[in-house]
Amino acid sequence: MTRPILLKGGRVIDPSRDLDEAADVLIQDGKIAGVGRGLSAPDGADVRNVQGKIVVPGLVDLHVHLREPGNEDEETVASGARAAAAGGFTAICAMPNTDPVTDNQAAVGFIVRQSGRAGGARVHPIGAVSIGQKGERLAEFGEMVSAGAVAVSDDGKPVVSSHLMRTALEYARTFNIPVADHCEDPTLASGGVMHEGLVSTRLGLKGIPSAAEEIMVARDVLLAELTGGHVHLCHMSARGSVAIIREAKERGIRVTAEVTPHHLTLTDHACEEYDTHAKMNPPLREAADVAALRGALKDGVIDCIASDHAPHAYDEKEAAFDDAPFGVVGSRRRSGSRTPSSWRPASSRCPS
Amino acid sequence: MTASSTLGKDLTGLEHMTPEQIRLILDTAEPFKEVSERPIKKVPALRGKTIVNLFFEASTRTRISFEFAEKRLSADTVNVAASGSSVSKGETLVDTARNLEAMRIDMVVIRHGSSGAAEFLGNRIASNVINAGDGKHEHPTQALLDLLTIRDKHGKIEGLKVCLVGDVLHSRVARSNIWGLSKLGAEVGVCGPWTLLPRGIEDLGVKVFGRIEEAIEWADVLNVLRLQLERMEKGFIPSLREYYRVFGVTPERLERAPRDITIMHPGPMNRGVEIDSRVADGPHSVILDQVTNGVAVRMAVLYLLAGGRAELADAAKRGGGSE
Repeated sequence: MTRPILLKGGRVIDPSRDLDEAADVLIQDGKIAGVGRGLSAPDGADVRNVQGKIVVPGLVDLHVHLREPGNEDEETVASGARAAAAGGFTAICAMPNTDPVTDNQAAVGFIVRQSGRAGGARVHPIGAVSIGQKGERLAEFGEMVSAGAVAVSDDGKPVVSSHLMRTALEYARTFNIPVADHCEDPTLASGGVMHEGLVSTRLGLKGIPSAAEEIMVARDVLLAELTGGHVHLCHMSARGSVAIIREAKERGIRVTAEVTPHHLTLTDHACEEYDTHAKMNPPLREAADVAALRGALKDGVIDCIASDHAPHAYDEKEAAFDDAPFGVVGSRRRSGSRTPSSWRPASSRCPS
Repeated sequence: MTASSTLGKDLTGLEHMTPEQIRLILDTAEPFKEVSERPIKKVPALRGKTIVNLFFEASTRTRISFEFAEKRLSADTVNVAASGSSVSKGETLVDTARNLEAMRIDMVVIRHGSSGAAEFLGNRIASNVINAGDGKHEHPTQALLDLLTIRDKHGKIEGLKVCLVGDVLHSRVARSNIWGLSKLGAEVGVCGPWTLLPRGIEDLGVKVFGRIEEAIEWADVLNVLRLQLERMEKGFIPSLREYYRVFGVTPERLERAPRDITIMHPGPMNRGVEIDSRVADGPHSVILDQVTNGVAVRMAVLYLLAGGRAELADAAKRGGGSE
């Protein structure tokens, strides 16, 4: 038996109960035993004063990249689960762009088993849309769901073929799972390393225009409408995407969307001086995009914050900007990032 | 006064330089011009200094120009030509930097295909780093020699209208020229097909011309950029023939200009594509003066970064040291 814990005087936020007030939280036998004002401490309780701090239910991160199997030097299921727990997450969803790709029942089962051994945050695998994420043939959604997959995605790459995306959205309806898409027109984004704009012009770096994302967002929304499937749009970065999603939701299309903490707080100016830590895909865009994304999160047009945690070995980022990999560490920093207090922790509300 | 208080440790680009620093380099280049006209083209200003010319991209003109500048200042030089990127050879740029540092060299002249590579190197080693062209970012010594050539020809830079013509999108020469010319008070224009003009270029304070005829009508100086043949292969323009027809700098077009226009080109030229031979070889072309000035400008940069004082450049030229 562990000692009961009483958290006193924190700001308790629980969107599932529409709760946002100063209160105490009592934890007994590893469970929430009571939430309210002026709770008294049971005998032997560990009483902690958390005034000025936020107390929330375990957060869910819908979008992380664990590098196991394939690149265990960068991250493993166990290290990712521990990093997430350190950041306040009790569950994370792992993208399938591992090596080999998590595109079958056995591979999904492996992640589930590794998660069970690791402890820390629970890891829910996301299976691939297509075999090998090659964008050609559908992976076995049913088999993967039976092994524990909660969604499908070819994240890291877009589903380029509109026909394949249509088929995936239709087929996923059988299993009631969303198809999560990395929205990027590869012919427009090809060779780009940052947002296309004045900063990329000054730095002499090849840009990725916002239209590369917006075109795919528009396509996915139209295909969700056509098929009745649920499309989930990963890591939105452009204000044009927000406008398309807003309109789609008004029309009742089954679309959900996520945004990362870095796209809510940083702009392409972070790439100045060729700081490779600011190299990510989709790229950091402009102040007007950040403002639109924040507004969309507040209005519920964007449903949740997800980290897109994508760790790389430290020395891989120690390179010229063109040569450095895309990606940024997100999980561990999430709860400590500059999150305005007016934002609600939307992760736990997301329907995925 | 040391170099760190005049130019800083490295020369990575003109964007963050002051007009005074740029003028200092141009003024210091003046006395060095004469050295190359002597029968014995050597002064001892950088005796005992070791310089590595680290070229990750093929270059003939810029590498030779730097090498002459170094040798005429009596530096010891080593050329490292790494074809392709260091990454493709298996060694990272940071490891290359550390190895150079371990050999206790004084200066590195670097050309690299990645924008920011010179700054990257400069931030990691104590030696002076000179950017000889990094990706699509900057090529500062090229812009400095362009500035010197314009000043020689027109007696001033301030108030002149200078138009960069062609592939501005992929051009480090264009970016360095835009910064250098603007800082010294010139009006800057760019002209080319919209597929080869970068987004946001007008926010840098330049005029944008969609047609070469408009640029010729406006400009005192045309700096004609090299059109790399791969731009056609990548589909930025449909054909070289059409490019010449629409954007080529020809005598027929120049004849309609309201004034004589000085013609520049950073080389190597594609005759009959971006520039007509009759223009390149014509009376208003200063293309070979640019090459001559390149050596003097690079001598000035090397000398100043090594700690030489501008007012001693004359003395150094006559045989004094750099200290």
